[in-house]
Amino acid sequence: MAPALAWLTALMVVPCALVLALAFFRRGIYGGIEYTFTLENFGLVFDPLYAGIFLNSARIAGTATLIAVIIGYAAAYAISAAPRRLQPVFLFFAVLPFWSNYLIRTYAWIVLLNREGLITQLLRWFGYTGEPPSMLYTEGAVIAGLVYNYLPFVILACYAPLSRLNPELAEASRDLGASALTTFRRVILPLTVPGIAAGAVFVFVLSIGNFVTPALLGGGRFQMIGNLVYDQFLTANDWPFGAALAMALIAIMLLVLMTQALLADRAAGRAAEAKGGANG
Amino acid sequence: MAERSPGTRRALWLVLSLVFAFLYIPIAVLVALSFNAGGLPTAWSGFSLKWYASLAGNAAILQAALNTLIVALVSTVIATLLGTLLAIGVEMRRQYGKGLEALIFAPMIIPDIVLAIALLSFFSMLNLTMGLHTIILAHVVFNLAFVCSVVRARLKSFDWSIVEASADLGASALTTFRRVTLPVILPAVIAGALLAFTLSVDEFIIAFFTAGAGRASTTLPMQIYAMIRFGITPEINALATIVMAVSITALTLSQRLNRGVIGQ
Repeated sequence: MAPALAWLTALMVVPCALVLALAFFRRGIYGGIEYTFTLENFGLVFDPLYAGIFLNSARIAGTATLIAVIIGYAAAYAISAAPRRLQPVFLFFAVLPFWSNYLIRTYAWIVLLNREGLITQLLRWFGYTGEPPSMLYTEGAVIAGLVYNYLPFVILACYAPLSRLNPELAEASRDLGASALTTFRRVILPLTVPGIAAGAVFVFVLSIGNFVTPALLGGGRFQMIGNLVYDQFLTANDWPFGAALAMALIAIMLLVLMTQALLADRAAGRAAEAKGGANG
Repeated sequence: MAERSPGTRRALWLVLSLVFAFLYIPIAVLVALSFNAGGLPTAWSGFSLKWYASLAGNAAILQAALNTLIVALVSTVIATLLGTLLAIGVEMRRQYGKGLEALIFAPMIIPDIVLAIALLSFFSMLNLTMGLHTIILAHVVFNLAFVCSVVRARLKSFDWSIVEASADLGASALTTFRRVTLPVILPAVIAGALLAFTLSVDEFIIAFFTAGAGRASTTLPMQIYAMIRFGITPEINALATIVMAVSITALTLSQRLNRGVIGQ
């Protein structure tokens, strides 16, 4: 036990503490670090230029999350409605792409979207003769890449509560005269919210800190926080500012995770209450 | 769920088909192109293995593959050892401190880019020359957390009284571990090791930041990233197909070994 904890302390806790400390120092004239205390780096994070990138990242991550949750929930619902013996097979194949290399899955979208890519070829085949559409290096491409990469996790997260759903509940709701839509909205959806939340938090947190997808599918034109951090460390050589950005990223992540935990607690409380009421 | 109307059922099958098409078409195109003699998506010009042959003749890629293998093997061995011991320690003593849980959980959720810059700052502050060894140090951090969580899942249902019984019957701690504990957790340990191996083979950002300068410590994902940045080449398709085949095989194997754990 001790060696593992020592390893984590030496190579995760200490380095992360170091980055936190770094964020309070000044950048040296030649790109080094000047050891004088300052809050400038955090001030700079709120500079309109950089705050804009934060908002942009949040918007891109939010859009990707929304799309991934809609597609993922529909897929999980369809899987949970399939014959019982087929469900594990479908689930396995839904998650399988997730196990291949992230870079490669992203690269696959470059192959599809580039000017001479498959989609352009398909359009030509259908008789399209104009300029090839520019799909790569757009915000849409970044969002498509994020959705594609994280969709399997949403399917998995949404499937768990859907498969545990008691079919008699939906039946009872319909027997009591509720339409299919009302049954879904008032019975099925509320019971499966924890799965949706878990999937959504996962996609959002991984998307907002993403570096590879904006770099490859956005072609560097769509800066997200991850790319900004990368630049500060490897090109601009402003480590203290990069450290402050990384800490802001961690703060956003913790905020999202804490909100989710809080909501989950409350939902669990409500469910317990409802159960108590039903039994009493 | 037989009571669904035929229309609803058709809609559900349609959803499934569309989602699977979305998930598999990009990968399928990549794999198909890797066997295309012309190498371009413009036209199919016959089946060929020439892009795989050209990979075998590419010294930079072979070097990167060797580096990846070294990093993955060494970090997997260390992480499996440390992660398994950690799992046993935590589960046996049942000390579930919040801080301890957070420490073990953190490597799995911390954004790669943050751990990457943290380690880069740390290593350069220590004036450590970076190379394959620093990548290994870094990979063990997240690998041991994953191994630990897989083994812990298995240990949740472990009956610790048989360990006591073994000790009462005069077995040494080592013998007890070898003859009692290990046989029970071995599938989970191997599953965790396979998971760690794949994670390490695929990991890009942390390796990129902790590799230091020079080609000597380029790993396969770093090589792939550099190639992608230069544009699409048929070699990447072939390389991608091989890497995907390796990770999917390792993880399918890991999943099979671990089925007992997940089922519980």
